[in-house]
Amino acid sequence: MESLEKFFALDFVQNAIPCLIVALLAWALIRARREPLWAEAYRRLGRNPVAVAAIVVIGIYGLVAFLDSIGTTDKVSQDRTTVIDRLFEMPKEKTYSAPFASMTTGEPKPSALKAPGRHIMGTDGVGADVFYRTLKGARTAFIISGLTTLIITPVGLILGLIAGYYGKFWDDIIQYVYTVISSIPGILMQIALVLVLGKGIWQICIALGAARWVGMCRLIRGETLKHRDREYVRAAKALGVSDLRILLRHILPNLLPVIIITVTLGFSGLALSEAILSYLGIGVDASMGSWGNMIDSARDELAREPVIWWNLTSASIALFVLVLAFQTLGDALRDAIDPRLRS
Amino acid sequence: MLNVENLTVHFPIGRGLLVRAVDGVSFTVSKGETLGLVGESGCGKSTTGRAILRLIPTTAGSVAFDGRDVLSASNTELHELRRRMQMVFQDPFASLSPRLTVGKIVAEPLEIHNVGANAAERRDRVTELLSAVGMPVGAANRYPHEFSGGQRQRIGIARALALNPEFLVLDEPVSALDISVRAQVVNLLADLQQQRGISYLFIGHDLSLIRHAAQRVAVMYLGRIVEIAPAAALYSNPRHPYTRSLLASAPIPDPSRRRERAPLEGDPPSPVNMPSGCRFRNRCPFAQPVCAERDPELIQIDGVAGHHSACHFARELPVWSPLESYLPQG
Repeated sequence: MESLEKFFALDFVQNAIPCLIVALLAWALIRARREPLWAEAYRRLGRNPVAVAAIVVIGIYGLVAFLDSIGTTDKVSQDRTTVIDRLFEMPKEKTYSAPFASMTTGEPKPSALKAPGRHIMGTDGVGADVFYRTLKGARTAFIISGLTTLIITPVGLILGLIAGYYGKFWDDIIQYVYTVISSIPGILMQIALVLVLGKGIWQICIALGAARWVGMCRLIRGETLKHRDREYVRAAKALGVSDLRILLRHILPNLLPVIIITVTLGFSGLALSEAILSYLGIGVDASMGSWGNMIDSARDELAREPVIWWNLTSASIALFVLVLAFQTLGDALRDAIDPRLRS
Repeated sequence: MLNVENLTVHFPIGRGLLVRAVDGVSFTVSKGETLGLVGESGCGKSTTGRAILRLIPTTAGSVAFDGRDVLSASNTELHELRRRMQMVFQDPFASLSPRLTVGKIVAEPLEIHNVGANAAERRDRVTELLSAVGMPVGAANRYPHEFSGGQRQRIGIARALALNPEFLVLDEPVSALDISVRAQVVNLLADLQQQRGISYLFIGHDLSLIRHAAQRVAVMYLGRIVEIAPAAALYSNPRHPYTRSLLASAPIPDPSRRRERAPLEGDPPSPVNMPSGCRFRNRCPFAQPVCAERDPELIQIDGVAGHHSACHFARELPVWSPLESYLPQG
């Protein structure tokens, strides 16, 4: 266990993982072009300027998150310095300062800044550059949303396929489970789970995912139910194709568009939930950049004189734009690939 | 070759009610023969075809294929049997996986039954099958939606033929196709039968089509076979009122000749709640009190071997004239 931790602490491994993820994504996107259905979807997306804008915005967030994952670790202090740190980290000021200001806001009296006029979104209570902190939040949002998606998609998919395909007993059990789960208020369950599991990225992902697989499962169940009675499935059965092969080779490819749309639309919801958990003080560690943490600190900042608005604004805009971009892309994807909207 | 005995398929629909989709159907299909199975929609003909291939559970009866019981076969035996009996489906737009290439669709039966030593050999076999059904070269790498209905049905036939089956259930193989391509597909099926000696169970509702496609014809009504006979005898001398009304409602392809139409009145009764005695009696112009009391059995018609009709008055019905109404005049 300890050697495993050491292994994952290696610079090489820490840099290889995000590179691998980006490479996999790129490979999947390029390969999809060869499939006629996806090639058509690409063309439709390309003709939609709003979708292109959403993709560019998501790309920028992704790039920031990626660059914030690549870096080096100092041998002595064990501090990790990422590309984003090198590019955007600013000298630490004493306390709050307004955007582009040359003096702090006071406490006890205004003093000169080390980097006057260069904090484009000002500094926060401990003097850190707010723009830089906002950039650091992107990686957290992507990690939490991505990991949670990775947890809930297989769970929702497998249970949905089983419930929809086999029906009867399995369907009853799975439907019972998810009906019970969806009857519990989501935020309460998330809080309870974080308190039980403790703090940490995985714990947060599990807490967020505990209720979110339900939507995916319900959708996949319905779609599977629809495809199960199609003639091509019956033809496969007549040929003696096994259930597993029918599910994976015949039904699953037909569900792929629906899965991708759901994941895209769900992604922004997860980023939002992460911010909510952090706002409640049970989110990620304070050392990790988080928009929720920034918004949380705004509670007393807004009561100050002068009002400290830039911390809240910066984090909210970052969150808002990301959520908007994903929702827009999800809608555009639905128009481009949803088989239900096509003849 | 295929021997179906008293095949029964009931679907429970709750509250103790049953849909008697197929209710005691018996027939045989010999080697190289085509048996036509006709009837209006909902009479259980497709259900019969599916039950024979064990695609749906049966309630009672037996299906013997080449002496082997299909309905009680173990999974391995069934897998073996599936090589020898296959099905062509009605809707060529729904029966091919939309996300697989034609080559993959036709190669799938070869893969799961381990036919062909390697992928290259299977590819050759796929090419051969596709050309046997008259598909253009290069079709293997394209997707089903790129083809017309008739071509898709050819792909479906190629898939069914992949394992060299001895028996095919053709579930209305041309009813979803344009009239102009129906004949082509029917001729293709006939050619394949000649070359390979396959037996067909040809399910359909188009009597004139079945007449050309089948040597023997069985007429189904509400889950039962009401008349079964060699095609020539059935069309020249139908001995069941239902067969007569079906024949009378078929259009004559000659505009100068007219027929006094005697369409059947009313809808067939619900298969949940059947009339007592004969199932056809409430729509039958010849119905007598006895029809409500006794369920007629299939009786042999004198003079023609293999001609059976399930009517109490099968032997007494008036002489049939295809151009006139069979209704008693006046």
